[in-house]
Amino acid sequence: MTATDLGLPSMGGLDLVPTTDEPQKAKEYKSDQEVRWCPGCGDYIVLNTIQSFLPTLGLKRENIVFISGIGCSSRFPYYMNTYGMHSIHGRAPSIATGLATTRPDLSVWVVTGDGDALSIGGNHLIHALRRNVNLKILLFNNRIYGLTKGQYSPTSEPGKVTKSTPMGSVDTPFNPVSLALGAEATFVGRALDSDKKGLTEVLGAAAEHRGSAVVEIYQNCPIFNDGAFDMLKDKDEAAQRIIPLTPGEPIRFGPEGEFGVTTTGYGGLDVGKVADIGEDNLVVHDPSISDTAYGFALSRLGDQHLSHIPTGIFRQVQRETYDDQARAQVQQAQDAKPGDLQALLTGKDTWTVE
Amino acid sequence: MSTSANGSAAAGTEALSASRPTEVNRLERVVIRFAGDSGDGMQLTGDRFTSEAAAFGNDLATLPNFPAEIRAPQGTIPGVSSFQVHFADYDILTPGDRPDVLVAMNPAALKANIADVPKGGTIIVNTDEFGKRNLAKVDYESNPLEDDSLSAFEVHEVAMSTLTQGALADTGLGKKDAERCKNMFALGLLSWMYHRPTEGTEAFLREKFAKKPDVAEANVLAFRAGWYYGETTEAFGTTFEIAPAKLPSGTYRQITGNTALAYGIVAAGQQSKLPVLLGTYPITPASDVLHELSKHKNFGITTFQAEDEIAGIGAALGAAYGGALGVTSTSGPGIALKAETIGLGVMTELPLVVIDVQRGGPSTGLPTKTEQADLLQAYFGRNGECPVPIVAPSTPADCFDIALEATRIALAYRTPVLLLSDGAVANGSEPWLIPDVSTLPDLSVEFATEPNAPDGSGEHWPYQRDPETLAREWALPGTAGLQHRIGGLEKAEGKGNISYDPDNHDKMVRLRQAKVDGIEVPDLEVDDPNGNARVLVLGWGSTYGPIGAAARRVRAKGMPIAQAHLRHLNPLPANLGEVLTSYDHVVVPEMNLGQLSMLLRAKYLTDIQSYNKVAGLPFKAEELEGVFTDIIREVTAV
Ligand code: SF4
Repeated sequence: MTATDLGLPSMGGLDLVPTTDEPQKAKEYKSDQEVRWCPGCGDYIVLNTIQSFLPTLGLKRENIVFISGIGCSSRFPYYMNTYGMHSIHGRAPSIATGLATTRPDLSVWVVTGDGDALSIGGNHLIHALRRNVNLKILLFNNRIYGLTKGQYSPTSEPGKVTKSTPMGSVDTPFNPVSLALGAEATFVGRALDSDKKGLTEVLGAAAEHRGSAVVEIYQNCPIFNDGAFDMLKDKDEAAQRIIPLTPGEPIRFGPEGEFGVTTTGYGGLDVGKVADIGEDNLVVHDPSISDTAYGFALSRLGDQHLSHIPTGIFRQVQRETYDDQARAQVQQAQDAKPGDLQALLTGKDTWTVE
Repeated sequence: MSTSANGSAAAGTEALSASRPTEVNRLERVVIRFAGDSGDGMQLTGDRFTSEAAAFGNDLATLPNFPAEIRAPQGTIPGVSSFQVHFADYDILTPGDRPDVLVAMNPAALKANIADVPKGGTIIVNTDEFGKRNLAKVDYESNPLEDDSLSAFEVHEVAMSTLTQGALADTGLGKKDAERCKNMFALGLLSWMYHRPTEGTEAFLREKFAKKPDVAEANVLAFRAGWYYGETTEAFGTTFEIAPAKLPSGTYRQITGNTALAYGIVAAGQQSKLPVLLGTYPITPASDVLHELSKHKNFGITTFQAEDEIAGIGAALGAAYGGALGVTSTSGPGIALKAETIGLGVMTELPLVVIDVQRGGPSTGLPTKTEQADLLQAYFGRNGECPVPIVAPSTPADCFDIALEATRIALAYRTPVLLLSDGAVANGSEPWLIPDVSTLPDLSVEFATEPNAPDGSGEHWPYQRDPETLAREWALPGTAGLQHRIGGLEKAEGKGNISYDPDNHDKMVRLRQAKVDGIEVPDLEVDDPNGNARVLVLGWGSTYGPIGAAARRVRAKGMPIAQAHLRHLNPLPANLGEVLTSYDHVVVPEMNLGQLSMLLRAKYLTDIQSYNKVAGLPFKAEELEGVFTDIIREVTAV
């Protein structure tokens, strides 16, 4: 069977979603429900950022849907004055897949966490990504189980002492960006909860991307894993660790931009002093490289202790989406031969009793 | 009455006609079982024979029986695949208990099936396969064709492989390929014996192998060789005629349960004017529903083969949230995995059709065998008070109607509905009086368009209910002003916000139950011809055929028995309690350990005699006849 050439890569993620000319305000995206996360939870800032970001898309609010699984962050849909479903643990990508496939006029967002997306729902996440369903997946990574009160998660660092690991976790964690790239994700980004500007930029690109877009959001849980990302929030520390990814620009960081990223002998990437590497040998960031190895190498620059953390867009490539193609097949079949129920039921071999 | 076949006869196909005078025996019915190695093409052979019987106008019922392994070791008992067809000149109810004729393509097929053949039955064997090695494979110490172990049967020894190879000698086909056509030789021989029309099979073969014309011709040649073998050799002295059945007038086709179910879903989409999304994961014996529906995209059907059972139902529920008809199909193990999402469907009150083609359990159980042991799972297999309506088809053709009925309930009451088919109806086939689509029920739905808050606030309350059906409004994303959030947490009555209020929860639990309890289902009809029966036999699902056939036999002996069959298992028909108490004795045969009986005893506090068998095979009419006869004798003796 040959795939239909749909000429889709030129389409944007929101192209089939109705827009409005009326200016929108963040306030309109707030539901009447009292937000009930713990004081100081990173989820608040992300909620605010998204509520101020959505009006910039100019979409009809009723055509936006948030679907979540289970976990602290999964309460998100209740606080949005859009359509929404707070579903069951890990299953949001599958529910969103059914919705996005049948409703191209909706902008469908999945809100999930490190446990929801990478543990109980890992299977659905990777398959949504490989299918490239037109979904925006916001993965709130606080590296802990919050809702169940403090067990280690699949992104917790090895040795982590939690309620369920009094002697320290012996699990090797996932790197969500590496995992998403391994699952053929066409868009992978990362941002910090506290970085409103950086998060907004990644969200904007994700929304416009046609296909699955994963955005890993480092989110602080002050109750059970406080300060997990403090080293990325302290100005001096952050400068040493955060590697901002800007398309078309050489990748460099450090208080004076004195560090940079270069290639290693065997196809990987490494960080070093620009003085040692040489300006010309710095890698120029290009998220559109089709080989996932590049984004993967970027994702491996940092270790579990967040020594080097690239933020921004790791990968942004175009590939046909599952939902566009599934709809195209239905359309093609209907154009070729509209369904005739009586003819179908009658079939070819009949006999008549008089 | 007369019949006419509209089989698609291709050019170059002409009817074979008999000339040798044989003794023609007129029969009312016959049961033929084709048995061979799973690689021998027995399902195809049986299927074709069935189509010939259908084209001829007989009533018929079929029972395929095949191993779970795709290709079990050749020539072994586990590798035996069989197909039984029962055809008659009157309306029959089952594929038959015992074959009058067994076609055994090898020793394993003989050994696996001989116990079912009644004394005096006919056995046609392919002698070419009865060599030492094949006999040893199934522990035959001596060749049963040579010792006297088959003396009670009428045995016809036919060297089918050799004869087929001989007939195809000039085709240029290799020996091995030629030998593979022996199933068509067998079909040709049986077609001659039973005066079956042949054009349909020849046309079928040419179409099936359209891309390999030499293979098509070889199969046609083998088929004819079998036919001529019967005609010219004197090995067979008698042929048989089974006149067309006197079925209600109309146009018929042959249909299997799974195909009928798939067509029912297509029709449900058309009658509700909704796009259909089937979210599913392949599983025996439900995969054919996916295969069939994937061919009908031109009816606005999307088939999503998900990464697992959970994602299949998740996608169906997501589609339902968006206003499509969401359907998921599976077997018992898949229902176990889908339970949580069914619960979410109950909580979010979205329409969803959940198809369970039951198979032998527990766990992986018997994938290719039938059972009806998922009833209690369907009723109770979820956390919390989680009622879902349950329907079950009685026959292969009924799968079409039951799909429409499941959809009606799902859409009208905004609820997941469980449709319990099983391996026997799914793979079995029978003639189907093709419905006139203008007579199909209208399943159209209305979506919410305006905010509905009773307080005049202009808000939309997602859990506001229709006072009659208790269904909540179906407000689709994309509808301005109706933005709302739903989910698995308990909802406040009406408004639909999260609520942990104790009284609200109690109320919502009762409301969800009341909604399902209040679903309108037709009253149970009782077949009690003279109104004097004291014993009622009550069944559900695929046992309809054997129960009905057994009841006929009992009545033919002059013993009255009443029969009733449930298509709605939740809620049960309103008159069921009354029906149960109006008989002295109620017997419920089930292919489980008494699941319906348990429900009936609990609900109606009435005595029920449960008759159970969980062998992976449908009941035999003969077995039930014995059970019913004994019960009637006991009851009348008192
Ligand atoms: S437990 Fe942690 S993640 Fe959950 S709401 Fe509280 S602070 Fe936020």
